[in-house]
Amino acid sequence: MKEVLLIKNGELALKGLNRSTFEDVLVKNMKRRLLKSAGKFTFTKSQSTIVAEPVDEDVDFDAAVETVKKVFGIVAFSKAAVTEKDLQCMKDTALSYLGDDLRSVKTFKVNAKRSDKRFPLTSPEICREVGAHLLRSIPSLRVDVHNPDITVTVEVRDKNVFIHGNQIKGAGGMPVGTAGRVALLVSGGIDSPVAGWMMAKRGLQLSAIHFAAPPYTSKRAEMKVRDLVSIVAKYSGRVNFAVVNFTEIQEAIKEHCPEELFTIIMRRMMMKISIRLAERDGCGALVTGESLGQVASQTLGAIACTDAAVNMPVFRPLIGMDKNEIITVSRAIGAFETSILPYEDCCTVFTPKHPRTRPTIELIEKAESVFDFSEMLDRAVETAKFEFVD
Amino acid sequence: MGAYLDNSATTKVCEKAKNYMLEALESCWGNPSSLHEKGIEADNLLLKARETVAKALSCEKDEILFTSGGTEGNNLAVFGAAYGNKRKGNRVITSAIEHPSVQKAFDRLEKEGFEVIRIGTDAYGEIDFDALTDAVNEKTVLVSIMAVNNEVGTIQPVDKIASVIKRKNSPAFFHIDAVQAFGKIPLNVKKLGADLMTVSSHKIHGPKGVGALFIKKGTKLTPVTVGGGQERDIRPGTEPMPAIAGFMGAVEELTVKASLEKTTALRDSFIGDIAKREGIVINSPADALPYIINLSLPGYRSETLLNFLSDSGFYVSSGSACAKGHKSHVLTAMKLPDSLTDSSLRISLSRFTTDEELDSFLEALDKAMKVIMKK
Repeated sequence: MKEVLLIKNGELALKGLNRSTFEDVLVKNMKRRLLKSAGKFTFTKSQSTIVAEPVDEDVDFDAAVETVKKVFGIVAFSKAAVTEKDLQCMKDTALSYLGDDLRSVKTFKVNAKRSDKRFPLTSPEICREVGAHLLRSIPSLRVDVHNPDITVTVEVRDKNVFIHGNQIKGAGGMPVGTAGRVALLVSGGIDSPVAGWMMAKRGLQLSAIHFAAPPYTSKRAEMKVRDLVSIVAKYSGRVNFAVVNFTEIQEAIKEHCPEELFTIIMRRMMMKISIRLAERDGCGALVTGESLGQVASQTLGAIACTDAAVNMPVFRPLIGMDKNEIITVSRAIGAFETSILPYEDCCTVFTPKHPRTRPTIELIEKAESVFDFSEMLDRAVETAKFEFVD
Repeated sequence: MGAYLDNSATTKVCEKAKNYMLEALESCWGNPSSLHEKGIEADNLLLKARETVAKALSCEKDEILFTSGGTEGNNLAVFGAAYGNKRKGNRVITSAIEHPSVQKAFDRLEKEGFEVIRIGTDAYGEIDFDALTDAVNEKTVLVSIMAVNNEVGTIQPVDKIASVIKRKNSPAFFHIDAVQAFGKIPLNVKKLGADLMTVSSHKIHGPKGVGALFIKKGTKLTPVTVGGGQERDIRPGTEPMPAIAGFMGAVEELTVKASLEKTTALRDSFIGDIAKREGIVINSPADALPYIINLSLPGYRSETLLNFLSDSGFYVSSGSACAKGHKSHVLTAMKLPDSLTDSSLRISLSRFTTDEELDSFLEALDKAMKVIMKK
């Protein structure tokens, strides 16, 4: 039996004049991601529906469904069986394609859409015929037109007929690539992958920047971050991933600046390096996983000091979320188990015992001015390692 | 110059083990259960390996069961003995510092309704023998204690436990997890009075994926896996002959007493060098297994030290997994303060470790301590 995926216009998250551009980006995203996970698909837009059709017969259709669930810009979609425009074929296909699902529930209804008005039966007639056939074949089933467990939809189109069950929930959001590119600062904890996922959901492409401090931090910690980035990439598509060697800057901060300001000055240095890498990648903003008040460097005062270091918008999508809410998303996107693997990251290596929670910009700038970091910052930008993570 | 000083995690496969493995892969690839010549050939090799391991433990060859290693051996001993002995009582006894493959097996027994007693330790990681004696009663069906602790090297009084069980008129089976002790101190199962004892191949320069469980004649074990009857149907599954042959090679190469003497001298001079330095605390007791030295460098983090040492080619392990809350259960049982558990390193030697390696390790450690800024 031939299967296709149907994405209806009404199920696209986007409206208005930009729709056709958005649709093109969405189709491109689906095509590329499906190719990687399931196989080659062709896409046709017809009668307000995007039809994704596998080229080869042996395509892994379950993997295709899992992939499309992770593509932003789709509110819901259906997987459908394709059959001929013949009543007997429609009945047989409905039973063989949805029989297992229908046997495991109690109620159903049939919904017919006849866009080809030349087809001899009307929609109510199709409903009656197909419904009766299913009722006869599956004795445990009852009809419930108001609140059915499964709605069997029969769509009679120009060339053939699509039969499908309940819709599958999509990832929502906007197609990645319709909103520009941002650079995510990724540490290896729970928060930053969630922040990246949230921004990708709004249609942004991602670059990611990680700060490593070898040998204070281990190769395993870096591998873990790469794994996290690749989990986010399942939703966002390919990520430009940069690893910055941050060791000498951390050591210099430790040596020259007051201990209680260590974390904030470190964050400012990270920001300064990040905007340069971000500009190189064509990013319009930085993204961090900060949540207000979660740690000392994430107080209002500390964030003001951090932002003062850069002239680029800094998005903090988690700013108003509690840890538990963040963990819920982290679990849902499959990042949590990796996030909690225990390795030192560069933020924890030198953490002061009593960090300053209400710093002022004047105080910080004065503390920073005792040492000229510019050469080290240049070096950090120049020696950053790049790779694509899928 | 670097050195591999993490031999309690695993060891390098020795030449003889490697050669035996290659030979088994190339020419002795039959199934020991087959009736034909190719099977008999493999069965003969299996018999030879069994005799070799039995001799090393001073037991009969049919008291040796091949397993996939320490974890399986410990699981099979704990579950097999507890289930097999169930109708005689409900109490099972272990210590607070066992390897997770014993510890978690007892956790599961507890969930299933067994009364689990976990014996604590003193500041040197030695189990509270009086508490153990008190705990053994007529309803006790299993006592499982490790011979040598894997993190600090403390040698446990396992030679005195069998007589306690006897004196208390207890039906308990006595299991020794000897994974860290095997090949390093003399182990005579008869003298120890053990009913069950677990050993592993890859800690003694053999391959991974193989080990053995000593089961004293008459000890009734309930199998954990079921299958085609191999290993007296207690541990069914076609025997992995290359791994077993490698294990045999490693056992043949053991020189327990001579290596113990040599390593004790090595350890003593190493400890002497450390004593000359400031700020290093030795957590292992003076009479610990000389192959394991656990030390702490208060003010430094284990993982940072480990990364620095690894960078210069010295491989050790951190006693405590990390700063994010996974503290070593052994050091915690010894009631060490956080400053010591967070900064502990385990240096574990093999019989091939040299004086020069330890000297250059200390140089690397000095360097790391100088570079890493204290918190």
